[in-house]
Amino acid sequence: MEAFQFFTKLDQTLLLGLRARTIEELLTGIRSVPDASIYFHTHRFLQQHHFLSPEPPNDFAYWVTNVMGDDALAERLWSVDPVRFNGISGLREKLIGVLESHLASTERRIECAAGEEFHFMACKTFVVPTGHSARTLGEFAELVSKVSINSVYFHVFDAKMRLKSGENDFSRWFRDQGKIALANETRRLDPYSFTLDGLRRQIVALVMKYDSH
Amino acid sequence: MIHIEDYIPIVGQATVEELGLLADRLRGKAIQNINSTAVGGGVAEILSRMIPLLSQLGVSAAWDVIKGDEKFFAVTKKFHNGLHGVPVEIDAGEYAHFLEVNRYNAEQIRFGDIVFVHDPQPIALVEKRGAIGKNWLWRCHIDFSRPDPKIWEFLRQFIPRYDAAVFSAPAFSQKLPIPQVLIAPSIDPLGDKNKELDEPTIDAVFARFGIDRSRPVVTQISRFDYLKDPVGVIKAYKMAKEHVDMQLVLAGGGATDDPEGPIIMEQVRREAEKDKDIFVLFLPPASDIEINALQRGSTVILQKSLKEGFGLTVSEALWKGKPTIAGAVGGIPLQIAHKYSGILTHSIEGTAQWIKQLISAPEYARKLGINGKEHIRNNFLITRHVKDYLLLFLSLFNEGDVVYL
Repeated sequence: MEAFQFFTKLDQTLLLGLRARTIEELLTGIRSVPDASIYFHTHRFLQQHHFLSPEPPNDFAYWVTNVMGDDALAERLWSVDPVRFNGISGLREKLIGVLESHLASTERRIECAAGEEFHFMACKTFVVPTGHSARTLGEFAELVSKVSINSVYFHVFDAKMRLKSGENDFSRWFRDQGKIALANETRRLDPYSFTLDGLRRQIVALVMKYDSH
Repeated sequence: MIHIEDYIPIVGQATVEELGLLADRLRGKAIQNINSTAVGGGVAEILSRMIPLLSQLGVSAAWDVIKGDEKFFAVTKKFHNGLHGVPVEIDAGEYAHFLEVNRYNAEQIRFGDIVFVHDPQPIALVEKRGAIGKNWLWRCHIDFSRPDPKIWEFLRQFIPRYDAAVFSAPAFSQKLPIPQVLIAPSIDPLGDKNKELDEPTIDAVFARFGIDRSRPVVTQISRFDYLKDPVGVIKAYKMAKEHVDMQLVLAGGGATDDPEGPIIMEQVRREAEKDKDIFVLFLPPASDIEINALQRGSTVILQKSLKEGFGLTVSEALWKGKPTIAGAVGGIPLQIAHKYSGILTHSIEGTAQWIKQLISAPEYARKLGINGKEHIRNNFLITRHVKDYLLLFLSLFNEGDVVYL
């Protein structure tokens, strides 16, 4: 039985020196920034505020609400659900579509106050083996409770973007172990609708449930 | 001496383990920090805490200080003021002297594998790169959002010679031909200003200043200068006090070299004399325990700045689980997500309204405080700062968006 190797990931935040003062400039930026920037702005809030209620607004929606004061547009940006995209390009296209249709539907053009611009950033991700590995579901449950939240994040969120098959690292390993029902349940979890600790607890609960079968 | 393992109860075993995993991959590299002052100021404080932690993790980290005469530091003071928007004149002789001092130091220093230069004073050391190679990083700790164009033009000639530039807030980034990295400052949860205090210690500090802990206390810790808006704080307090009972504490060091400082201090003092519930405390530099106690014993903390570099007092307040209302300027929005982990305001009226709300709705205020503390735990403690430095060093040897170490 092949052991599950736990990795962790740590992000370096990069500044792109690019800022937006209007919705049009936000759209221009979203069109031109690298994929790592779209990823950063749609996932940063989740990572930095993972202890909060399961409401992961992306940075674009947060800025549109709190700086531009446009709740309707913010809600449309917020509801671009990252779980439905296997890669960044689809996510980017969807965000562009929302902003384009908004701009086509209104003459309203406002500029944000000085100092409240949207700053485009990106991230460089470092992936490191933790040295922890599990051979059984029991060991897995113990270790998944122990590793850092960054590790859980890497194996669930990053894996989905990496594997592009709707699978995450945990569900794939369960499937390889012949635990098909556990794999399917884990794969079906919408990780964006939990806090990260909530997600961790949910995974442990699922593993315990199937380990006793 | 504080040990890296002392942080495990605060951030968790896994987080400290991760620092070790990164540090292991920097073995054999000598990292050399260079700044212009060994004591006083934020940079020296950060380095004096960071270097021992890096060493304990097995990273070879050293710290050198450049030597300069009075004339050199007069020029660099002008740089500092100019970069913060104060009009200054620097003549060709002064620029030449700045370069001369940097070149003299470059001849004296034995450079490590990674040369980590802090702030503008030693920025021209990088001229040496052509002769000796090495990896070079430039860390700008100051507000760079609207630099004086002439000073910026002068400094800008050196920046592209570095491998990367590091800024403390997104607003400080510039259009540059080298990678720019965001590394926010941090607080040390084991330092006197932030460590846990028992109730008798907090009580004793409040009693010493005559503040009644049985009534709500609203506190702002900051220097008495215009940019921290202490007069605006008093106005907001008066508006809110029409509806809820409270005391106001304004505590901090004396005025800076801001020419308006004495005027502001006089205004604050005059207002305080008229109201026995306003406490103006001029604290000497070694007052970390007092500041800690005042923050911990307060009901609501304010940081109503009009302009701010990073505003680390916000992190200090949030770390103590305090509901915090702060101006949405500088690095403060990085520390507070509005209505999630604190309150961001833009006006005296808005600040007054939120003071009233938070005193009247303690459950909501408590929730903000809990969220704020978790946000600081994850993002603004010294362990995160160490991680960012380790990643910065590793990024010099690893290209691409995703790096497998």
